[in-house]
Amino acid sequence: MTGFETVAGVPSATTATGNTTTSTVDGVGTSPLRPDGTLKVAGEFAFASDLWMDDMLWGVTLRSPHPHARITGIDLTQALKLPGVFAVLTHEDVPGEKHFGLEHQDQPVLAIDRVRYQGEPIALVAADHPETARRAAQRIKVDYEVLAPIVDAELALRPETPRLHEGGNLVRHVRVRTGEENPTADVVVSGAFEVGMQDQAFLGPEAGLAVPDGEGGIDLWVATQWLHVDQRQVCAALGLPPEQVRLRLSGVGGAFGGREDLSMHVHGCLLAQRTGKPVKMVYNREESFFGHVHRHPARMHYEYGADRSGKLAYARATIHLDGGAYASSTPAVVGNAGTMGLGPYDIPNIQIDCFGAYTNNPPCGAMRGFGSVQTAFAVEATMDLLAAELGLDPVELRARNGFREGSRAPTGQLIDAPAPVAELVEKLRALPLPDERPDAHDLRHLPGGVANTTHGEGVRRGVGYAVAYKNVAFSEGFDDFSTARVRVSIAGGQPVVTVHTAAAEVGQGLVTVEQQICRTELGIDRVVVAPQDTSVGSAGSSSASRQTYVTGGAVKAASESVRRLLLTSAATRLGRRRDDLQLAPGGVVLDGSGTVAITLADLLGDDHVEDTVEWRHRPTHPIDPETGQGDAHVQYAFAAHRAVVDVDVELGLVKVVELACVQDVGRAMHPQAVVGQIQGGSAQGLGLALMEEIQVVGGRITNPSFTDYLIPTILDVPPMPIEVLEYADPHAPYGLRGVGEAPTISSGPAVAAAVRAATGLPLSRVPIRPGDITGTG
Amino acid sequence: MEFLRPDGLPDVLEARAAHPGALPLMGGTDVMVALNFDRRRPDALLDLTRAPELTAWDHVDGMVRLGAGVTYSRVIDELATELPGLAIASRTVGSPQIRNRGTVGGNLGAASPAGDSHPALLAGFAEVELASRDGVRRVPVDEFFTGVKQHAGRGDELVTAVWIRPATGPQQFSKIGTRNAMVIAVTSFGLALHPDREQVGTGLGSAAPTPRRARDAEEFLGAELDWSARRDIRDSVAAEFARLVATAASPIDDVRGTAAYRRHALAVMARRCLSWAWAEHQGRRH
Ligand SMILES: Cc1cc2nc3c(=O)[nH]c(=O)nc-3n(C[C@H](O)[C@H](O)[C@H](O)COP(=O)(O)OP(=O)(O)OC[C@H]3O[C@@H](n4cnc5c(N)ncnc54)[C@H](O)[C@@H]3O)c2cc1C
Repeated sequence: MTGFETVAGVPSATTATGNTTTSTVDGVGTSPLRPDGTLKVAGEFAFASDLWMDDMLWGVTLRSPHPHARITGIDLTQALKLPGVFAVLTHEDVPGEKHFGLEHQDQPVLAIDRVRYQGEPIALVAADHPETARRAAQRIKVDYEVLAPIVDAELALRPETPRLHEGGNLVRHVRVRTGEENPTADVVVSGAFEVGMQDQAFLGPEAGLAVPDGEGGIDLWVATQWLHVDQRQVCAALGLPPEQVRLRLSGVGGAFGGREDLSMHVHGCLLAQRTGKPVKMVYNREESFFGHVHRHPARMHYEYGADRSGKLAYARATIHLDGGAYASSTPAVVGNAGTMGLGPYDIPNIQIDCFGAYTNNPPCGAMRGFGSVQTAFAVEATMDLLAAELGLDPVELRARNGFREGSRAPTGQLIDAPAPVAELVEKLRALPLPDERPDAHDLRHLPGGVANTTHGEGVRRGVGYAVAYKNVAFSEGFDDFSTARVRVSIAGGQPVVTVHTAAAEVGQGLVTVEQQICRTELGIDRVVVAPQDTSVGSAGSSSASRQTYVTGGAVKAASESVRRLLLTSAATRLGRRRDDLQLAPGGVVLDGSGTVAITLADLLGDDHVEDTVEWRHRPTHPIDPETGQGDAHVQYAFAAHRAVVDVDVELGLVKVVELACVQDVGRAMHPQAVVGQIQGGSAQGLGLALMEEIQVVGGRITNPSFTDYLIPTILDVPPMPIEVLEYADPHAPYGLRGVGEAPTISSGPAVAAAVRAATGLPLSRVPIRPGDITGTG
Repeated sequence: MEFLRPDGLPDVLEARAAHPGALPLMGGTDVMVALNFDRRRPDALLDLTRAPELTAWDHVDGMVRLGAGVTYSRVIDELATELPGLAIASRTVGSPQIRNRGTVGGNLGAASPAGDSHPALLAGFAEVELASRDGVRRVPVDEFFTGVKQHAGRGDELVTAVWIRPATGPQQFSKIGTRNAMVIAVTSFGLALHPDREQVGTGLGSAAPTPRRARDAEEFLGAELDWSARRDIRDSVAAEFARLVATAASPIDDVRGTAAYRRHALAVMARRCLSWAWAEHQGRRH
């Protein structure tokens, strides 16, 4: 039903150095099958929730019902009495560090004397049956002194508000200042905007299996985004060295940022260490809503000034992000929202203040788009206000002000790679618009669908545009590397490559890209992706659109090194100079005349050649705390959307008719996967614009289920014409740009803009609810 | 947990009487969710799927007797002409998988204010057949719903069928959800015109503690409509009908929507359903 077309743009240069092996089948730029694809389609792929050992126990977490309370007593007696229970643990049983956290170590492994959010873990039970474990957890008696929750990020930052953590309620404030202090402009627009709390809504719940090794150490199979950052935190909590805590990636059923923080990791290990038995933990759907961080809700005030021609003169923005009870990755999210919160537009005078606060709301952290999703709603709506004020076409305004190569970001950083903002929006505008009224007798084409709410009455069409830009990889001076081990050996007389990394495959297809890179660099078709674990160095996180860039870069570098080693070995064997030899597709070494000098099978025999490479992108730098200036980011990804919607203005129901996207990906490593990322990201952004929100009242989640946390169904996701541009980034491997996040950023604002266009209403909060459109919210 | 699997309706009713704590299980699309979320932990489940009497429908005395275990998919495929309102409502239920398993009897058993079959049954003046080991009785559907997820069936009774007169006039159903499929009704509305008796039937879903009729609206419209000459409905009549439908509701604010929105939407749906139904009565396309 998605009638997409993929159009390749300008072909990019493939970076290839000496003794090249350009391409073989299924290399870079083609779309081979995923190695795990058949299993997944057949329902045979083992996800973390399928982990099983015959003698394993089941772990269950007791969580706080209160968003804010002091714990005055915990009585485990009745739980321990239940037959089948093997262990009941509290914070007293944590042998190592009692707190963990990605950036600030502020979150208790198990609550100590206070709970700061509804769902905070307090105690753990291991039993021989999950039902027994649940029953036992219900028998734990916790005495609370309930405290008033702090549920508003702005209020939390007032001096008179009680502190939730020792250092106060401010997690981070990013300040960006460029140009004049009191800029003026011919035309000024402003607005206040709000974004609700979105959930990653991955379908595979948090799960893992912890297996004690009998010698004091432990193996943990877990669904995660970053094995090594988990390992660091698990080691600290268990008080064990890394050699004794081995993490292995289990099948990951989606992540979207929600698996960057720990969930059951330490808990499962604690129970396994205590009982001496394997312990499995798997959250159910409801618990999952309490078991991972969400996207920060945001409140934003924006003001843009421009001259009469539409050239932006200044921008002011104040952004409040609600970090919830613990920091998680709030500092980095504030960093992104602060440094990138004005959109991909040239603005000479800038004042941004972005705050992240502690509250008693659910903890928020990483989610696809990471700070840029929220600000894009404000930026793009403000741009539309400005276009309306100037009487300019929204595309025209964006094209006039959009970044181009040579622009300066608000941080002062030079954009030294293609930045085709104007082209993106102009291409979108040039796409034909869908039919005015498709088939009015097919209810599926109308707002409300088969629920039969309109046969055309009240339906108005609207079109909206939005642009996204997103930093790829980790920023602000973070040592952001990946490690890859590549080995060539001979099996059954044929060369085979084994690529080993710790990079988490979370569904995005990194395993396929690793294979493609090995094929292209080594000319060998057969590439085995070894299971991901901590026996090889860190790959960094599967987030920030970074793995194809960074782990891809590491695999490429390791492959190049192995190629050199093979040629050196061949040169020695043949008594020739290495530079006269070439590795060619099919596993053969050619001499200067193109004749086969030796095959890899003959060269290697029972031997193998292997290298492990730690690879880094170019360094980034911290920003100045007063002005926000600095070369903070590695690379920018650009995408833009045009949304066409039909709105039933009397009932407030929306049907997205079409959602077109143009994205510059630098190099489409796997064109089909690129399109898949764009489709998925676009759907996730559409969801935030129209329906996806964790509703929190007084610190409590009121819709922790897929009954009431709605994500788009196949009838909500429209056809998506997609155009993929390939303007190589000269600094990146193969010229590629991270793909995954940008489409999530611009699709929602485009949908919101289209609904505004259809209704004529300001609609400054997303998700836009039927009540907002009908004035009955 | 015990799993009782009696064969045939008589044994099912015996088991029902003998095991008052056993939870009836038809399609399981409500029961399994309740079990998974740990909302219910009954001592036993009583499987109804081995009673063929429940999964058939028939014509009896000029009425459709719809077995409690007939699925939504079958209502859509087999009864769209005779029970158009119920068929439209059935199309809005869940997903294909849910429609293949979920049943009208299960919907009644759950008696949720949001059950999508209820407005259509109310508007169609249906009767619910309740049976026990000791006998069979019929309850008008608007007396069946007694409270939030409560109904008039006794502990030893089961819903065995629904009795509905085949449509003699147009029927409509509309349901509001915040996405275009697979959604629990924010609010819903069913309308049936009964030209043979010059009566109007209505049903409101997710608008009060129980599904209910808008009786004032029915009476008002029944008297105003020009049943035989089929003249156009005056705007003021349509508006008053919509207003009376909205006033019949006692909605609340919850995670799915506000009371104000529900009232507003009911009025809009009432008006639109009326215009489609009347156009059909007039023989026009709508
Ligand atoms: C994903 C999903 C989507 C859904 N979408 C909708 C929707 O859009 N609209 C909607 O209305 N519902 C929806 N439901 C709820 C459910 O599908 C319906 O209520 C359905 O009609 C239940 O029928 P069943 O046969 O599966 O009932 P069951 O689950 O078997 O039973 C439901 C209840 O009725 C009782 N019961 C069953 N049969 C009888 C009987 N003969 N006599 C007395 N009591 C009985 C059971 O004990 C139980 O309490 C959805 C459910 C799911 C899981």
